[in-house]
Amino acid sequence: MAITRTNIMICVGTGCLATESEKVLKNLELILKARGYDKEVKIIKTGCFGFCEQGPIVKIEPENVFYVRVGPKDAKDIIDEHIIKGRRVERLLYKEPFQNEGIDKQENIPFYKKQLRVALRNCGLVNPEDIYEYIALGGYEALGKAITKMSRDEVIDTVKKSCLRGRGGGGFPTGVKWEIAKAQESQVKFIICNADEGDPGAFMDRSILEGDPHSVLEAMAIGGYAIGSDKGIIYIRAEYPLAISRLKTAISQARELGLLGKNIFDTDFNFDIDIKYGAGAFVCGEETALINSCEGKRGEPNYKPPYPAQEGYWGHPTCVNNVETFANIPSIITKGPEWFTSMGTENSKGTKVFALAGKINNVGLVEVPMGITLREIIYDIGGGIQGGKKFKAVQTGGPSGGVITENELDTPIDYDSLTGIGSMMGSGGMIVMDETDNMVNIAKFYLEFTMDESCGRCTPCRIGTKRLYEMLNKITSGKATMADLDAMKQLSYMVKDGSLCGLGQTAPNPIISTMKHFWNEYVALVTDYDNPQGEGKYEAKNKIGIES
Amino acid sequence: MTQPQSISVTKPMHEDLPEEKFNELEAFIDGMETTKGALIEILHKAQQIFGFLPRDVQLYVARKLGIPGAEVFGVVSFYSYFTTKPRGKHTISVCMGTACFVRGADKILERLKEKLGIESNEITEDGLFTIKDVRCVGACGLAPVVMVDEKVFGRVKEEDLDDIINSYKKG
Repeated sequence: MAITRTNIMICVGTGCLATESEKVLKNLELILKARGYDKEVKIIKTGCFGFCEQGPIVKIEPENVFYVRVGPKDAKDIIDEHIIKGRRVERLLYKEPFQNEGIDKQENIPFYKKQLRVALRNCGLVNPEDIYEYIALGGYEALGKAITKMSRDEVIDTVKKSCLRGRGGGGFPTGVKWEIAKAQESQVKFIICNADEGDPGAFMDRSILEGDPHSVLEAMAIGGYAIGSDKGIIYIRAEYPLAISRLKTAISQARELGLLGKNIFDTDFNFDIDIKYGAGAFVCGEETALINSCEGKRGEPNYKPPYPAQEGYWGHPTCVNNVETFANIPSIITKGPEWFTSMGTENSKGTKVFALAGKINNVGLVEVPMGITLREIIYDIGGGIQGGKKFKAVQTGGPSGGVITENELDTPIDYDSLTGIGSMMGSGGMIVMDETDNMVNIAKFYLEFTMDESCGRCTPCRIGTKRLYEMLNKITSGKATMADLDAMKQLSYMVKDGSLCGLGQTAPNPIISTMKHFWNEYVALVTDYDNPQGEGKYEAKNKIGIES
Repeated sequence: MTQPQSISVTKPMHEDLPEEKFNELEAFIDGMETTKGALIEILHKAQQIFGFLPRDVQLYVARKLGIPGAEVFGVVSFYSYFTTKPRGKHTISVCMGTACFVRGADKILERLKEKLGIESNEITEDGLFTIKDVRCVGACGLAPVVMVDEKVFGRVKEEDLDDIINSYKKG
């Protein structure tokens, strides 16, 4: 490998590609070549930096200068000014709102100051299409350590001691899950990576797979070793073409180097990974539904028990973990469980990635230690509410979660505290709403989603979500009475109690939590339809009444 | 190991479903190591070949695999990615994820339907466009997002729609 003095890192994640980072890349390459600097300066395509609001992002190493919103025309200045003359291109530096001075270093930007990157450690740092870059940063060291120096029980013990909990939403301790799968006596076992990111508004799994696919492959192999499985499956949404192609590249590179396949690290451990495609169904995030879908069937959930760890894919013991969970594993193995438990709160260790979106200034992907407050995420990292409007609520946990209001912004967040205030961690979507959003409308949006996505297997969910949606429609069109509100509340609890899987059990949460915190908006739509709250205050009243 | 039917299976060909396409699908299925659990993968391929999954294609897949047609239809109708109707030359996908919704994606969708005079999943008269509302394409930083085929347009405003539509009318 040639030694270069400077690296230009450019993000080629979905977000930045949409804002023409590919053209920027092409221009950088062309100009670099034309100026004759292509020998000493290297351009590296990286995964997501997380700061999607400011994309496309270009970072110059080792000076650690962080350029934002770089257009195709800016490529010339970056090369001529920065690379050749060593002067910063001031206009491309990130500026705080209302400040003139640009900030040049990544860690000084408020968006990054409070972040702590574990799962996203390599995103924006390595070229996801080059396995050697991953290896250079300690990649596959954890796998080597696990299978050559540790017994299967030691691996499970390490993960158990780290207290890592499932990042897909459930929060089930990963080590315990592995232990159960290991305890099954079976010649054939499977380990599945759940990359069916269904929560609309969450995109951390996609970013990890696009930006650092090898960390997931490595962790799957470690998991396979621990539970005694030689076959991994990645179940991924067909809607993520870029992530799929990067995964394929990564798998074939790992096979070439013998990091997947037979006799890995000259031991008798064999492991290989296949990709299975989803076809757009939210319920397939539920593990039994996911397994059915992997088998090529309708993705409907099964009754539990038997749990997948006992009887899963084609009847064999199967362990299903989420992408972000896997991304944490390699560091836990190399750095030890004590390092991991030093971060976070008593019952939730480590970090969590959140997808910050909605009416917030800095939309993007953030990874923070558990126990940080929502206020810090929204105001310090997120830069506050767009357009100087007033904060109203934040929805966590996607369609399964609930809203959190101003009063609870100072709650340190972890799995238990979020459940305590009537929401949930979920996969980490975080949608911020301002004073102009009508909360009944938000609840209706989520119910429309869950109604569409209800698989139809059990009656409470299939019919219940439909009726709830109809009731919400009645309310937003001004035809409801107070009795309807009570009936809707009752039905919400019935759907919650009667449904088979997580989708139905959590589907009414947006209604229950908005009713709890914004009861006045519901009442206002019933008793005083002509003067609605929220959005209606600012725009024509019929806007919230749009029939769909 | 489950193998596809070795006997020759009727290919319900006509103008819209030419023989070459059936042959391509057949070759794909015959080339698989096993067809056990591969139905979704096969349907992905079929949709890629034909553009959509009409009844005849579904029945062909069922016969080829030796499974009931109802099972194939059950899977096709379950997943939103599969479509049984033909699509226009360009598919305009409007992201209806939460992040886009709170930034006004519903209004964009309504306006787009008005402009093209069609509902979701329908084709315009000139056969150029189909509108689809999709769940989160994962570009929440650019909300609201509209995708034409594979190209992503971010921070779309209602007044941008004309330009977007026109740029595809010429080409």
